[in-house]
Amino acid sequence: MIDRSHIGREFGVHTADIEKGRLRFFAKATGETNPVYFDEEAAKDAGHPTLPAPPTFLFSMDMEVPDPFEILKVMDIDLGKILHGTQEFMYHKPVYAGDTISFKSEVTDIFDKKGGALEFIVKKTSATNQKNELVAEMSRTIVVRNG
Amino acid sequence: MAEVNFVSVNVGDQIPALVKPEITRTTLGLFAGASGDHNPIHIDIDFAKAAGMDDVFAHGMLSMAYLAQALTNWVPQSTLRSYNVRFSAITHLRDRIACDGEVIEKFEENGESRIRVKLQAVNQDGDVKLAGDAVIALPKQ
Repeated sequence: MIDRSHIGREFGVHTADIEKGRLRFFAKATGETNPVYFDEEAAKDAGHPTLPAPPTFLFSMDMEVPDPFEILKVMDIDLGKILHGTQEFMYHKPVYAGDTISFKSEVTDIFDKKGGALEFIVKKTSATNQKNELVAEMSRTIVVRNG
Repeated sequence: MAEVNFVSVNVGDQIPALVKPEITRTTLGLFAGASGDHNPIHIDIDFAKAAGMDDVFAHGMLSMAYLAQALTNWVPQSTLRSYNVRFSAITHLRDRIACDGEVIEKFEENGESRIRVKLQAVNQDGDVKLAGDAVIALPKQ
């Protein structure tokens, strides 16, 4: 069982730069066909200053740390035993190439089901831009398969 | 894209469906790099087997990105207020993900005219892989 004392644990703030090349790579990897997401001229024609970050991209930027699975090491969980349970985004401001985003995360809950066969970790993250504006909030549930 | 507005949208309306190509090992390799999720369970069959799986399987966030495309093909991303999913089943190699959505609510909130769209991503057999919803703020008309 995961030690419930990890509830409330905060992780250090980290920052990530939103880069055009990475946005284009993400568009390619997801088979994006809307040119707003990979063609800067199309983005400008649609009223954007440059390429926008698509709706789930901040999840990826939150993994831009030396050890994106630190939370598992801290809780002594095997990387091969986790699944993604739920993912939530609340959007407050658009994010564009050239922005620098800061991420701050906290473990807000740990619970189990099926007599402990499945455990759930809830991690909430806030994302702010270089102007210190809150751009998005994310919440992720990690499922741990025990046994 | 034809502009969608609050007056013209009705509860029960379907958003245009989006069907993605078959998921291959290449898909997962590229998505691991582009998404920054390098968990070997998605790209290394030896690791996946050692973890008790039959093979590598897709990142949940890949299908969540697909489902987001169904939304942003329909309305500009700037209208999106929230987007939530539950990953209800593992998406496997060779699955073809189809994304669809239905308007289930129209309401006023924070001075905006908003709709709630129920979303799902299913494979070629109709198995639900992701279920969720999005709240979208639309121009009145």
